[in-house]
Amino acid sequence: MNKILLACAALAACFAARLIADQSRAAPASGDDLEILPVHGSIYMIAGAGGNIAVSAGKDGVLLVDTGTAENADKVLAAVQRLQRQLQMQAPAVDLRWGAETRGTLQNSLNPYAPVKPIRYIINTHAHADHTGGNLRLAKSGRTFTGGNVSGDIADAGQGAAILAYENVLNRMSAPTGSQAPSPEGAWPTDTFHQESMKLSHFFNGDGVQIIHIADGHTDGDSIVYFRGSDVIAAGDLFLMTTYPIIDVDRGGTINGVIEGLNRILDIVIPEFRMEGGTMVVPGHGRLSDGGDLAYYRDMVTIIRDRIQAMIKKGMTLDQIKAAKPTADYDPRWAAASGPASAAGFVEAAYKTLMPKPAAKPTTTTKKKSQG
Amino acid sequence: MRCVLLALLVGIALVGVSMRAQQYPSDEEVNTVATGIDLSGEWTPVREEDNTGNTELGDWVGIPMNEAARLRAMAWVASIQTLPEWQCRPHAVSYISRGPSQLRISKEVDPVSRQVTAWHMEWLRSIDKAVYMDGRPHPSANAPHTWGGFSTGQWIGDMLRIETTHIKEEYLKRDGVFHSDRIRVNQFLIRRGNYLTFILVEYDPVYLTEPLVRSTEYQLDAHQNIPPYPCNVVEEVDRPRGIVPHNLPGTQQYVDDVKDFANRYNIPWDVITAGAETMYPEIQAKITAGRAKK
Repeated sequence: MNKILLACAALAACFAARLIADQSRAAPASGDDLEILPVHGSIYMIAGAGGNIAVSAGKDGVLLVDTGTAENADKVLAAVQRLQRQLQMQAPAVDLRWGAETRGTLQNSLNPYAPVKPIRYIINTHAHADHTGGNLRLAKSGRTFTGGNVSGDIADAGQGAAILAYENVLNRMSAPTGSQAPSPEGAWPTDTFHQESMKLSHFFNGDGVQIIHIADGHTDGDSIVYFRGSDVIAAGDLFLMTTYPIIDVDRGGTINGVIEGLNRILDIVIPEFRMEGGTMVVPGHGRLSDGGDLAYYRDMVTIIRDRIQAMIKKGMTLDQIKAAKPTADYDPRWAAASGPASAAGFVEAAYKTLMPKPAAKPTTTTKKKSQG
Repeated sequence: MRCVLLALLVGIALVGVSMRAQQYPSDEEVNTVATGIDLSGEWTPVREEDNTGNTELGDWVGIPMNEAARLRAMAWVASIQTLPEWQCRPHAVSYISRGPSQLRISKEVDPVSRQVTAWHMEWLRSIDKAVYMDGRPHPSANAPHTWGGFSTGQWIGDMLRIETTHIKEEYLKRDGVFHSDRIRVNQFLIRRGNYLTFILVEYDPVYLTEPLVRSTEYQLDAHQNIPPYPCNVVEEVDRPRGIVPHNLPGTQQYVDDVKDFANRYNIPWDVITAGAETMYPEIQAKITAGRAKK
């Protein structure tokens, strides 16, 4: 009887071991539930952490365009490091096929165990928390390049990744002295620009990196990031593959700015073949895209803008325009159930930013009497 | 003790079998490459009632369009094709077999097993449509979409069933009737000697209320060679940057353009706009009643 019991226990142990092995495969380690998609060259896209994240990973380290939400920051870090280890396995760091008497190539098989290179740069396409929420954690984990006119003056300049963005992103994330800022200071951009564009001062993982400001689109601080070697554009929320554009009117967004941004990206895009492939576009949310997807989106937003504009010219009110359903043909694909990306929300935002601004009243000046 | 050892061996063997099953394709998967018939060759379309070539503006009969699809078609103008982005747009997999174009099917063969691992299809003004027979899964929802989509095939006897996903937004007919990028297309290829029946079953949750079923007949043509289709983008129309041609609702053109077909063939407007109803024979009664009312 004891033998039978023992046999049953052994069988149960075998199945339990199998079950545990299965579960360990099924239960994702931190970051495993984020999807990493190869885009082109050194660029990858991480989906599922809030807004999409474009990643440049390679021998120079990591550059992130946006960082997802704060609660997903650890997962993003784990996913980035997983990607880096995969790349290390694919490409040995050093080719040791020389000096045979003292150096063996077997060392290459140990490369995956080398520490991964740090996150050097974060670029924010705009200030919203689903794109900047991970700034604090991810910047802190990294280490930027220093040198030249920086390292001599600031001892801790290399601590943490640099965060680059258009000036208005810093304005939106910070606050005047004495006021409560919406984001912690460690999450704020460390390097901002005011001009039309900014370039990274050197190639990064083989790419020239250009940050191009788009005025008054999704917000008043939008940038697109163009990786010129890999031929990839990170569009931020100017371009979504999920819903209508979300126009943050309170933060300076306008429908014409969104359309200008989409056309600007299309100006850069060169398809590989018949409006497919070639320059790839990482949208703010939704699937990886190319110029064809972007052109359809541009067409849709432009057509709806034209309709609303024509209705405004006819003197229709916002309620009348909403009732006329100028988005009806696109709603089944692009309207969110509620909120700013719903049909009503999108029409309202477009209407507000298309309405002519009331003429400013002439200021009356009163002559001050001479005190003398 | 022997019992314990035996139980342990049985357990290890079962675990091993389970692991092995995960490593190797199932019998069903192997069958997808081992059965079926040869589809490769040069095929020319046979004109018949279900494939009448170029469409006319406002001809929506036989398409299970919903209201959104109809409104979109009413706003469409052909001038949009002159935009640089659309001049070289190919016909997507959802449409091309309906176009008046020849078809070439070639096969990709594993040099070791000599089994067909993929079929490749190309038409005039289309891009290569690969149909994978090696059991690979479809990509994730975040993967890019293409004109050809992502296709996997499976033999049902001698009929090849193809499932295509990841297709770009494109037209179902070249008069502004669009499907969305959420479309899923099943194709069934049936070869009978020198004839090939190519059936499309298209599911679009955005613009179609029912599956759209269309078929095309091809005949083997050993002398055929698909001509090249070079395309260069040029400035076809001198217009300001950012203009997207379309008809505004409420304008005369918005109505006139799409009613051209209805007027020419004396088809009542409520028939033209009846969507899925127009796929079934009962629509004849509605046409007769509408004409009588006039």
